[in-house]
Amino acid sequence: MPREKMEYDVVIVGAGPAGLSTAIKLKQLDTNLSVCILEKGSEVGAHILSGNVFETRALDELLPKWKEQNAPIKTKVSKEKFLFLGKKTSLSWPTWLLPNVQKNHDNYIISLANLCRWLADQAEKLGVEIFPGFPASEILYKEDGSIKGVATLDMGLDKNGNKKEGYQEGMELHAKVTVFSEGCRGHLGKQLIKKYELDKGKNPQQYGIGFKEIWEVNDKQHQEGLVMHTAGWPLDNSTYGGSFIYHAEKKQIYIGYVIGLDYKNPHLSPFDEFQRFKTHKDIKKMLEGGKRIAFGARALIEGGLQSLPKMYMPGGLLIGCDAGTLNMPKIKGSHTAMKSGIIAAETIIENIKNGKNLSTYEEKFKKSWAFKELYSARNVKPSFRWGLILGIIFTGLDQVLFRGKLPFTLKHKHADHDALMPGNKMPKIEYPKPDNKITFDKTSSVYLTGTNHTENQPVHLKLKDASLPINYTLQKYDEPAQRYCPVGVYEIQKDKFVINSQNCIHCKTCDIKEPSQNITWVVPEGGNGPRYGNM
Amino acid sequence: MKILVAVKRVIDYNVQVRVKEDKTGVVTENVKMSTNPPDDNAIEEAVKIKEAGKAKEVVAITVGEEKAQETLRKALAVGADKGIHVKINNTIEPLAVSKILKKIVEKEKPDLVFMGKQAIDDDCNQTGQMLAALLNWPQATFASKIVVKDKSLEVTREVDEGLETLEVNIPAIVTCDLRLNEPRYASLPNIMKAKKKPLEQITAEELGVDTKQRIQQIKVEEPPKRKGGIKVASVAELVQKLKNEAKVI
Repeated sequence: MPREKMEYDVVIVGAGPAGLSTAIKLKQLDTNLSVCILEKGSEVGAHILSGNVFETRALDELLPKWKEQNAPIKTKVSKEKFLFLGKKTSLSWPTWLLPNVQKNHDNYIISLANLCRWLADQAEKLGVEIFPGFPASEILYKEDGSIKGVATLDMGLDKNGNKKEGYQEGMELHAKVTVFSEGCRGHLGKQLIKKYELDKGKNPQQYGIGFKEIWEVNDKQHQEGLVMHTAGWPLDNSTYGGSFIYHAEKKQIYIGYVIGLDYKNPHLSPFDEFQRFKTHKDIKKMLEGGKRIAFGARALIEGGLQSLPKMYMPGGLLIGCDAGTLNMPKIKGSHTAMKSGIIAAETIIENIKNGKNLSTYEEKFKKSWAFKELYSARNVKPSFRWGLILGIIFTGLDQVLFRGKLPFTLKHKHADHDALMPGNKMPKIEYPKPDNKITFDKTSSVYLTGTNHTENQPVHLKLKDASLPINYTLQKYDEPAQRYCPVGVYEIQKDKFVINSQNCIHCKTCDIKEPSQNITWVVPEGGNGPRYGNM
Repeated sequence: MKILVAVKRVIDYNVQVRVKEDKTGVVTENVKMSTNPPDDNAIEEAVKIKEAGKAKEVVAITVGEEKAQETLRKALAVGADKGIHVKINNTIEPLAVSKILKKIVEKEKPDLVFMGKQAIDDDCNQTGQMLAALLNWPQATFASKIVVKDKSLEVTREVDEGLETLEVNIPAIVTCDLRLNEPRYASLPNIMKAKKKPLEQITAEELGVDTKQRIQQIKVEEPPKRKGGIKVASVAELVQKLKNEAKVI
């Protein structure tokens, strides 16, 4: 029997900053369009995790009255610091020597999850239908190969794929245009890039894994509006990464760490590097006596313009970090994601009303400030393959002296999963035990994410070859999944590879970093996964 | 037959609850909220009875702030016909909720009132019982099985000793256990239809119910952290510790 169907003008997959901006802009341009957003989280914001120092440029364009409309954007950046950390030392870099892209005086410290909740309210007021808890699990194609829409996941299957009591079949949503805004490494976006060869002629995409914790600290340790970044310790010169520490409202500190997933040593554990980072004397003193109230992790895009795939295809658009619009040297992606969403809406209106091809998206995007930003930022990340020190020297020249206008473009040479060296060629890393005051283990951390997955359902982390982890990856790379997964989903127990999929926080790191690309992340039942609050 | 089902909006059961710094309560700002889990079972059972042709109408009711309407919309999406939102802005105690429900029962004239056995936020487990007393109706609590008969219900109860089966005359109050059934998923078309189903709004004042708090809450604290266990070397040491340190033997 065919599945139930619903027709919309536009279906959007993912209620993040990009998708919500598209929806709002569409309804502003034509209130009669029918627009719906599917969201896999239990509510809007539940799967959003970001630093976040927010540049309002795209929001100013989309909803210029955001202040009057009481958007959750309150804490203006008041002070900035940049530290180079040694194990026991720290060197403060004068802010006037920072490239302009890393200056934040007009920006705000926000919770992106809360901003998305607010954007969702604005979208609903305009008549957008938002369905949290309904993951798009399948792309539907027309006979001519163009996109027809998406189907939601069947709910209520047991782990063997049999129907349980309360089984609810997924349904088809057909649209004139389908917009994919799933965020970094969306599982449908990945299929689209492959099918339509959207990355043809582009560099391999580059990713990072970002961690974030929220701490409540006492008055003395807190300077509302302070934005701080660090580079250096505990990472070595050849590993790309750094920290952020944002002093937000309500005596909260958002502290996090980002590590490039092009790291070479399979013994490296991004989670433990982050925990270790917090033990630096200059960091610890901000947290001591405080309480960690939230934890989360999510992969992010670092490839920039060289890796940005084509963003249009027949019947569909790929926007935000589902494509990869994050500006790495700026350490920001929300504003460019929103801008890419606004442009998507403008393109769709012309497509539906005047029959213009969706390929006009490209011209529009190239004319936008978002493209200009990404263009001038393009050489920063690839220069760090020469190491932290040379990378910083190059970035200084490129960004301060030439303002991103150097007449050449550095390339990203390898995909992240190709970067790992064999385990026996790289040093093992001994990480200190957690003290449960400043540093913690994965178990107590995943507890704070509120993650849950319906127990008896098909495993959503699929192995192409079930024997590979033990027969190959363990021997050659000491099975790095045990370490790159931020919440311990993957374990080796007595020569068995165990997948604790119920702990998964949907960060997508395994799908990116598995050296043989043996793990595929697919959506679990709707509403499963983390329940982030103000991340 | 008409069934009234009371549902409550609570902090989602997966969320790690955090106590406010001033110890006046728990943090609810930006926290995922959901329907109290056993209330989902109550709605499911009512809808099943309706689907079996033994009831004509299922009315969902909630008492709470503006956003509690989400809980009603969810009930409507899985099969309730109508929602009633009794709006309040302050914390409310089970007795006041029971009084509100009594007023609604007098107005709606249901034959049965279903609700969860207790709410996972305050764990009071009082509203159903108090409502039974106020209405002078029979009650069956902790129901894990309900069989609808002509003018009565046969209800299996989850009690400490095992299962207890009793028969109550209709009209009756039933509070539902998680074992009662497996709540269904709401489908997309039903969520959309639910947006168009009738939802009445009324305030506690309009019903003439005094919702003033009668219980004074002194403070809310986190439970003490569990201390790690230790390994003992011998039975003798264990006995010695149980005797002298734990003082339990």
